[in-house]
Amino acid sequence: MMNAFGVLSAVVRRDLLVALRRKSEVLTSLFFFVIVASLFPLGIGSEMDLLRKIAPGVLWVAALLAAMLSLNRLFANDYADGTLEQMALSPVPLGLLVTGKILAHWFVAGLPLVLIAPMLGLQYDLSPRALMVLVISLLLGTPLLSLIGAIGAALTLGVRGGGVLVSLLTLPLYIPALIFGAGAVEADISGLGAAGHLSLLAALLTLAVFFAPWATTAALKIALE
Amino acid sequence: MSVITWKYASPQYFYPLAGKMIPWFSVLALLFGAAGLWLGFFVAPTDAQQGEGYRIIFIHVGASWMSMFIYLTMAFWAGIGLSFNTRMSSMMATALAPTGAMFAFLSLWTGALWGKPMWGTWWVWDARLTSELILLFLYLGFIALQAAIDEPRRADKAGAILALVGVVNVPIIYFSVKWWNTLHQGASVSLTQAPSMAKTMLLGMLMMALCLWMYTLAVALMRVRVIMLERERHSEWVAQLPEVQP
Repeated sequence: MMNAFGVLSAVVRRDLLVALRRKSEVLTSLFFFVIVASLFPLGIGSEMDLLRKIAPGVLWVAALLAAMLSLNRLFANDYADGTLEQMALSPVPLGLLVTGKILAHWFVAGLPLVLIAPMLGLQYDLSPRALMVLVISLLLGTPLLSLIGAIGAALTLGVRGGGVLVSLLTLPLYIPALIFGAGAVEADISGLGAAGHLSLLAALLTLAVFFAPWATTAALKIALE
Repeated sequence: MSVITWKYASPQYFYPLAGKMIPWFSVLALLFGAAGLWLGFFVAPTDAQQGEGYRIIFIHVGASWMSMFIYLTMAFWAGIGLSFNTRMSSMMATALAPTGAMFAFLSLWTGALWGKPMWGTWWVWDARLTSELILLFLYLGFIALQAAIDEPRRADKAGAILALVGVVNVPIIYFSVKWWNTLHQGASVSLTQAPSMAKTMLLGMLMMALCLWMYTLAVALMRVRVIMLERERHSEWVAQLPEVQP
């Protein structure tokens, strides 16, 4: 039997390979992020002072929505073709496999957002320092979104209208991530220092790393019954 | 003793018991309600600062308390149902959700009606208001998830996980909104510095809260009876009930 790390990396590699075979799905949520962020100046106006003020919130809300859009493919395909059932039957703990899948989801849906965010931040005239804080906050926050979102995705697996339902379930739970993530950038811009917000975000991430795979596994077992 | 109490964990025995309890709780709700309204409208003095408008507190505070309390109760029953696989507990959680959502909505609505004359605005992004709004979203998520799943047992368990995740998140959300609010320096209105209350006001508020509590019990029991009938409609004991005879 493989050790835990071997299992984890095997699941991650497999999910990344599947994602690479269907590039359009990955790119869709990334472009969604870019387009939503570009729409706001068009709707609000191009006044730089205003844009600089709303940038953290807008970018974070856009990231939140983009991460949520990609939640459906976290388990749905594996559920449909029976892979998930095989995973549940395997001697390896399901929680470990779920953790691997969530990690892979973050690589596919979260990390690209983090990487492209500075470019969008430039459109909003953020300072280099604020851009760095934005990247750090997204780096801590997007895994949190994947972890919390996984619970919602698992609960709505194979359920009527699952796509809309998952947003109703997960968006309220995303609120702390949004507050501290956007708050970090805002605090940095206003000169308060982002350390407090980032620490809280990291604390939330630690909590979620511990609890979310567990809750997701329980939800998946219910769906597979 | 234990035989008698555990017996009521079965729908067959709980159904008639609930039927017997409903009138009692309804009467208690009416009595407490009458006492609360009488105290609230006739005995409690007019507030020096807020005039007559403050009297909305008698429904507002009770509704807010109940919305939070019902969420905890709901999560408790859902958790029991999930861990011990008891059907009754899950049905109870399902039966409580709509009433909790109603109270959360009522709390927000009466809060807005109170806020307009007092602060001059329908809504402030205060920590308590925002958390109450999010609580309403959590209730709606729970109800929507259970409604979307056809198979009752799966709906019970999925709802239970969501309710428990929600319970863990409620304090996190509350504090995050609170800190967000203080960092933003947003609303200048503070809800916490309420002027010290007259005894009669407090008594009226408590009476109304008890009224809403009893109302919740009565309505939840009515709803759980309907759920029991619906889920157990093929069983022997339902077929023998006098109310389902043709």
